[in-house]
Amino acid sequence: MKLFQQLRLGFRSLLLHKLRSALAVLGILIGVTAVIWLVALGEGVSWQAQQQIKDLGATSIIVRSIKPAEESSQNSGGGFRMGIAYGLLRDDYERIVTNIPTIQRAVPMREISREVRYREQAIDGQVIACTPEYFGMNRLSIARGRALSEIDMQTYDNVVVLAHEVAEKLFPIEDPLERSVQIGTEFYVVVGIAAERSAAAAIGGSLDARQYDRDVYIPLSTFRARIGDRVATMRAGSFQSETVELTQVTAVVDDMNQVDATADIIRSLLQRYHKQVDYAVVVPKELLEQAETLRAMFNVLLLLIAGISLLVGGIGIMNIMLATVTERTREIGIRRALGATKGEIVQQFLWETVVLSGTGGLLGVLAGFLCGPTVTAFRAGVQAFFPQVWATLPPNIRNIEPRIAPWSIIAAFAISVGVGIVFGIYPARRAANMDPIEALRHE
Amino acid sequence: MVNVAEGGDVVAAVRDVSKIYSLGGHQVRALDGVSIDFRRGDYVAIMGSSGSGKSTLLNVLGCLDRPTKGQYILAGQDVAAMDDETLSRIRGRYLGFIFQSYNLIQQLSVVENIEVPLSYQYPPMPDGPERCRKLAELVGLAQRLGHRPTELSGGQQQRVAIARALVNNPHVILADEPTGNLDTATSHEIMDLLEALNRAGRTIVMVTHENDIAERARRIVRLRDGKIESISEVRR
Repeated sequence: MKLFQQLRLGFRSLLLHKLRSALAVLGILIGVTAVIWLVALGEGVSWQAQQQIKDLGATSIIVRSIKPAEESSQNSGGGFRMGIAYGLLRDDYERIVTNIPTIQRAVPMREISREVRYREQAIDGQVIACTPEYFGMNRLSIARGRALSEIDMQTYDNVVVLAHEVAEKLFPIEDPLERSVQIGTEFYVVVGIAAERSAAAAIGGSLDARQYDRDVYIPLSTFRARIGDRVATMRAGSFQSETVELTQVTAVVDDMNQVDATADIIRSLLQRYHKQVDYAVVVPKELLEQAETLRAMFNVLLLLIAGISLLVGGIGIMNIMLATVTERTREIGIRRALGATKGEIVQQFLWETVVLSGTGGLLGVLAGFLCGPTVTAFRAGVQAFFPQVWATLPPNIRNIEPRIAPWSIIAAFAISVGVGIVFGIYPARRAANMDPIEALRHE
Repeated sequence: MVNVAEGGDVVAAVRDVSKIYSLGGHQVRALDGVSIDFRRGDYVAIMGSSGSGKSTLLNVLGCLDRPTKGQYILAGQDVAAMDDETLSRIRGRYLGFIFQSYNLIQQLSVVENIEVPLSYQYPPMPDGPERCRKLAELVGLAQRLGHRPTELSGGQQQRVAIARALVNNPHVILADEPTGNLDTATSHEIMDLLEALNRAGRTIVMVTHENDIAERARRIVRLRDGKIESISEVRR
């Protein structure tokens, strides 16, 4: 029989029991949709992570100060604590820049939390003291006004560039440019507002992604002059004072192949001058590789789950085909008497299961494309009806954008047809192996 | 005993055919050394009480069952010992079946039912669909090509079955109680149709237990306990 005839016959036989066939199709549909959705969500999450890591720069090496663990536990006597000094030194920065030829440029940065205030509006800001290069390196563009300049550095001016969100919160009505905001005890003139910037990957062991929405940027020289290295904070009734010269140094090399070697040199260089490990060297390229491995593992896991749902769908199909075969025993007898071989009977019933599972597969692929709109609708729903829940969700979940992987569509459809064949063989063989005389007598 | 009809080509012949079943240690001889020749254009009615072996003989003749012993020559070859696939091909190529309960496929239309044997022909028969329409016309169902079996009367369904039995141009048509489910008037119509086909040269072997139906054939073979009791020519 020709292919078209086989398919048509399959469809018509299945239409004899519309509800039953529809349920079998539904089983496969759900399985295929599950494959596509799960892979799309997984790809969405890992794509986000990869973008964030890429934002850090594949050719950059990030050296960050970290508070040594033993030191803080020894001093946890309460009351007033004498300052602990740790972290990267300005000398370290000089040494890195002068001693390592592969480094194209390096940008130092100091970071603390401070309240930022304009009249009655105040937010907990993240003060980033940096050089003008910091903007270029982090791909921060200026929406209005200007970025920090070399002149600001040389003149120790009290100028500040606000992150987009900070500007919006502090100046709901007024134009922030040329206004003075209070950071800690000092006043700074707003010279520029940065454009919106999405979060970057977590570095330095913290799980949160690097957010840019609470940042205020001041010149590094001004920071040193006005605030200084030693920073005291009140925390839980006790003062803590820390002396940190630089929070972070970002070094950029020319070529991605130099990253690992340069990172090793930086490590050994710092090791020589630091008694304790109060710094961390983070290589975004490594993070990227880790993320790739993680993604592969994640995909295997998702495929396993999706595979189980397709298996369940397949069992549903088998069940229905067994019922069909029993019901159509008479037809099988007739066809055998009229010349059909066992192989032709097997073929006929296999085509039927393939039509079932293929229909499920096609509809599943269509439903798979609804992943994006569904996530958007779900997000809008949570935002509208459960705003508290929404607020507690981590940004990774809030901003998730499913990305449908083309391979998952092909794989899901192929697997569904495969499931049809595998689970169709037993019922089809059972049909073919019936004794035609018995089958003709069957009521 | 007259067991080989004189004259004409023999299209099918059973020679000393036995069928033995084992039932709980007992050997049951459903057929016991049966020999009959069927000439081209023959019309044979097989009669006998239930258990006489007439169904078993029809199954052997229809290549649905293999004899335990003996030869079955169909279209010049001994098919008694052939494998399942070859037997399927032989059924599709040389035999036409008419059943008591019509045995049409419910989800197919009249013309599609007639077509079914054609889908198992290798190589495929040319102008198949045209042939099916002509046969439907022949049995008087030209106006009902698209109907489903459930929309037809018993007599009409049996006409479809007859057209289906003719579509592969078989050497022998095997009819199993073709009027068993029909009223008297319709039975006569069907018998008229079979008689017309026989006059046109078709070889028909029919199992029946009704004397007046058997009388319409040319020869009557009576079976008893798996053996041939008598073979008689019908006079009219």
